[in-house]
Amino acid sequence: MSNKLNHSMSLAKPDALDISNKQKIALAIGVIGLFILALALLNTNFPNKALFLTLALGCISLGIIGYARGAYLNKLEGIKNDGVWFKSISSRGVWGWIVGVILTTFYIVLYFFPKYLGLATDGEANTGLISLFDPLSKLLSGRAASQWFVYGTLYTVAILAFGYKFILKYRHNRYQQVRTVSVMFFQLGFAFLIPEFMYVMNNDLPYYDLKSMWPLNYYIFDEWSVNGFLSNGTIGLALLLFGIISIFVISPILTYKYGKRWYCSWVCGCGGLAETAGDSFRQLSSKKMSAWKLERWLIHTVLVFSVVMTTAMIYTYLGYDSNDFWLTRGVFIALVIGFLTLLFTAVLYFKGKEFGKDAKYGAIGFFATIALLLILHFTGTTDNVFFIKAGTLRSTYGIYIGSIFSGVIGTGFYPILGNRSWCRFGCPMAAVLGFQQRLFSKFRITTNGGQCISCGNCSNSCEMGIDVRAYAQKGENIVRSSCVGCGICSAVCPRGVLKLENDSMQGRINPTEILLGNDVDLMDYVNKN
Amino acid sequence: MEHIVIIGNGISGVTAARHIRKNSDKKITIISAETKHFFSRTALMYIYMGHMKYEHTKPYEDWFWEKNRIALKQGFVKTVDTDNKTLHFQEGDSVTYDKLIIATGSKPNKFGWPGQDLKGAQGLYSKQDVDNLEIYAPNNKVCKRAVIVGGGLIGIELAEMLNSRNIPVTFLVRETSFWNGVLPEGESQMINRHIKNHHIDLRLNTNLKEIVADENGNVKSIIIEETGEEIACNVVGLTAGVTPNIDFLKTSKIELGRGVLVNRFLETNIPDVYAIGDCAEQHKAIGNRRPIEAVWYTGRMMGETLAQTICGNKREYKPGHWFNSAKFLDIEYQTYGWVFGSRGKPEYEKHFHWKHEDDTKCITVAYHKDTNLFLGINTFGIRMRHETFDTWLTQKRDVAYVINHLAEANFDPELYSHYETAIQTAFNNQFQTA
Ligand SMILES: Cc1cc2nc3c(=O)[nH]c(=O)nc-3n(C[C@H](O)[C@H](O)[C@H](O)COP(=O)(O)OP(=O)(O)OC[C@H]3O[C@@H](n4cnc5c(N)ncnc54)[C@H](O)[C@@H]3O)c2cc1C
Ligand code: SF4
Ligand code: SF4
Repeated sequence: MSNKLNHSMSLAKPDALDISNKQKIALAIGVIGLFILALALLNTNFPNKALFLTLALGCISLGIIGYARGAYLNKLEGIKNDGVWFKSISSRGVWGWIVGVILTTFYIVLYFFPKYLGLATDGEANTGLISLFDPLSKLLSGRAASQWFVYGTLYTVAILAFGYKFILKYRHNRYQQVRTVSVMFFQLGFAFLIPEFMYVMNNDLPYYDLKSMWPLNYYIFDEWSVNGFLSNGTIGLALLLFGIISIFVISPILTYKYGKRWYCSWVCGCGGLAETAGDSFRQLSSKKMSAWKLERWLIHTVLVFSVVMTTAMIYTYLGYDSNDFWLTRGVFIALVIGFLTLLFTAVLYFKGKEFGKDAKYGAIGFFATIALLLILHFTGTTDNVFFIKAGTLRSTYGIYIGSIFSGVIGTGFYPILGNRSWCRFGCPMAAVLGFQQRLFSKFRITTNGGQCISCGNCSNSCEMGIDVRAYAQKGENIVRSSCVGCGICSAVCPRGVLKLENDSMQGRINPTEILLGNDVDLMDYVNKN
Repeated sequence: MEHIVIIGNGISGVTAARHIRKNSDKKITIISAETKHFFSRTALMYIYMGHMKYEHTKPYEDWFWEKNRIALKQGFVKTVDTDNKTLHFQEGDSVTYDKLIIATGSKPNKFGWPGQDLKGAQGLYSKQDVDNLEIYAPNNKVCKRAVIVGGGLIGIELAEMLNSRNIPVTFLVRETSFWNGVLPEGESQMINRHIKNHHIDLRLNTNLKEIVADENGNVKSIIIEETGEEIACNVVGLTAGVTPNIDFLKTSKIELGRGVLVNRFLETNIPDVYAIGDCAEQHKAIGNRRPIEAVWYTGRMMGETLAQTICGNKREYKPGHWFNSAKFLDIEYQTYGWVFGSRGKPEYEKHFHWKHEDDTKCITVAYHKDTNLFLGINTFGIRMRHETFDTWLTQKRDVAYVINHLAEANFDPELYSHYETAIQTAFNNQFQTA
């Protein structure tokens, strides 16, 4: 009968979406680049490392760029989502799982077994993959490469090349283009180049990516880090102060004006990777109510953990005696508790009504944190907190949250859980910004009266798993703490229903029963009830 | 407890059920022959194009119905016995009701073309239609060409769908220009060009004569009325409009016209029987609206209104200002108020038309030639704010006011280019020279 059965196994995978020859060539070039890296990993000793590194990174970039051009440039401008749920890689098919496993393995090796990447031990020279990156590292900062340098380089290449792809995909949408140029800029400049140059200027300074702020940058207030800053005179002190001001002053102002998007989808490196390399996986995030519930517990638990952990870290290196330094352990704990209490009462006082049902959970979080801090204070000894070594607490956080959650699961599982599972379920920074976005920001996504046709494109494309449609079909603005303001829901909406905007706080949250377009008397009657 | 039975789980029936639940404790049952759960019909195209899967088109998760105590029954209602308040199903069982809401939607028009029921000839309305398309047009090897008959909103969606799988499409449109029964000429022609830019073989002024079968009863080709030309194809999309889906009511006592006839309270001639959505026909059209309004949001509004009546707060169906939207391949279209194409345009209605040089954006503003009263706007490639236009229509603004305040109504994403100045300049030039 139909010859279709022969080459397509299922109805859900139409085979008409083949890629063009141009794209096949681009893929081949990209694979050559990856192959060079694989050879290096297997300890092939390349004669001219600089040349081969250039070749590898060049081929990978060219491959991605060529593929993107083949995919988008021969079509008219518009939404390019054809077949995303048919393609194996973007619909949790075999390729999706393969890529997921490879990425996850890479992260595990990177975090826990860097020696397999060729990291030198005891002052010897690097070997393997890491040694391939030595020439670039030497060029930038004069030192040999580390596994983090390799990672940073690949990360940056990915954001730049896939950023280019993203810009082509959305070449009708200026918001998407500008935003992408912004993440490309911050990754290349702030995360990659500037720290290397800072090292050249002053090699005692701790690695500091200026845009990465506490609590995402969870080690900034560690003893070694703070000592590193403080032992470096004015510049060190300035940097440390900048770190404190970023989270307590700059971030609240920007979040008030623009929502958390100013950080999450314009500046942040994790967000940058998610928006570019991770773009093909955004539809995989779960929109179920159950996922939302899990999200709220998980992300706030991580936040509590990171607040307590950071406090504990600082606590351990403070003294008892105010004669040595005014900031003693007691004073410090009191300050932290005072600050949190002030924050909590202020929120309840000003925003208690909007907070509504969530106030209960807020209170649980608040009192849990305070209780933990008090226990900390009364059980803390010179180097023990909660009866365990402070360092253990810190390294537990580092391993489980900093490495496993953000890297292994957050990025490794892109093709399975979607591109923002870290941002959604784990990032304490996102929790802080989201909290503010929900309660004290001008940002919202406005829905356009009665125009929604409930098609679901918006929800499907939301990388944060927000069921955008649930709001849009009720004519209700979207004011959600997790929204990173990527604007894709607005871009894909076929009826022009969604607009990201900053406007007054009044009427920002507008639950309605009956939408615009129906009898005005009926609307008044029902919506007032 | 009063039992409310709703036939049809589309937007109108489901909206009615949700609002009845919000306002009462009545027993609610929704019946459908199509799918167990409510899905968005407007999203059917995206399933075939691979943007979404069927499950993503469901606006509510499956647990929603039980949680809200809305019973779902799958089955096809064969006859309605209003004397005994009983529905009889094709499957043999029956259900009694206290109040009945008919929300059975539409079905594709078929005008008696020879061959219209062949394998591969189909409309695009139901989930089953998309499943069939998956069988007859999975790719361009099985379906070497498709012909679409009827240039309306569903026809162009079908064209976009087939195009997404690189299946060559011939698009037969009876009118002299795409959808120009509704769209003014400038817009309609811009869309003609856009369709052709997508390599779709658009044939204007062209009617279908017949569909030819091969030896297995599959579609083999079509023949064009005007020229007699035969076009080989494997699929024929019949998208020449829809009619109310009410054949099963013909044996009942419910009064029917083209649809189920209802008054402004959405009541039929039989007490306790109501009709809403695509299948309802007003005895007398409301304002400029048609007696049968087959669009998504009117179904929703009728559901919102009827729920009030059923819950004891009797309400007339009194829709506000007309609005609608659609998308023609890559070009979004929105309309607020009334803008008529050449057909049906009142003699007092005049137009101001502006088109961007890139040929993908334009607007048409309709106004009263004597009073300059703003009547409505069509916009292509520029998003507008519903609320703003709704307010202006209520305030009865004149056309100059609207043109001068267009920026307030802009709803495009941030950082987009704005065209208000260009539009104002064009408007002023036209009015000085005119
Ligand atoms: C492809 C497509 C795209 C569209 N796009 C848009 C758009 O962009 N904007 C817009 O405004 N409108 C659009 N429409 C129109 C819109 O979808 C309809 O107006 C709307 O869905 C009608 O809703 P309804 O509740 O009246 O009926 P329906 O959604 O048709 O639901 C009726 C249900 O009742 C069931 N039923 C019928 N008879 C029986 C019976 N005897 N027993 C049991 N069950 C029965 C049917 O199977 C069906 O499931 C589109 C329509 C289609 C087909
Ligand atoms: S907001 Fe837009 S994309 Fe989302 S469901 Fe409504 S019409 Fe579809
Ligand atoms: S709601 Fe929209 S803007 Fe916000 S994260 Fe989701 S897709 Fe992005």
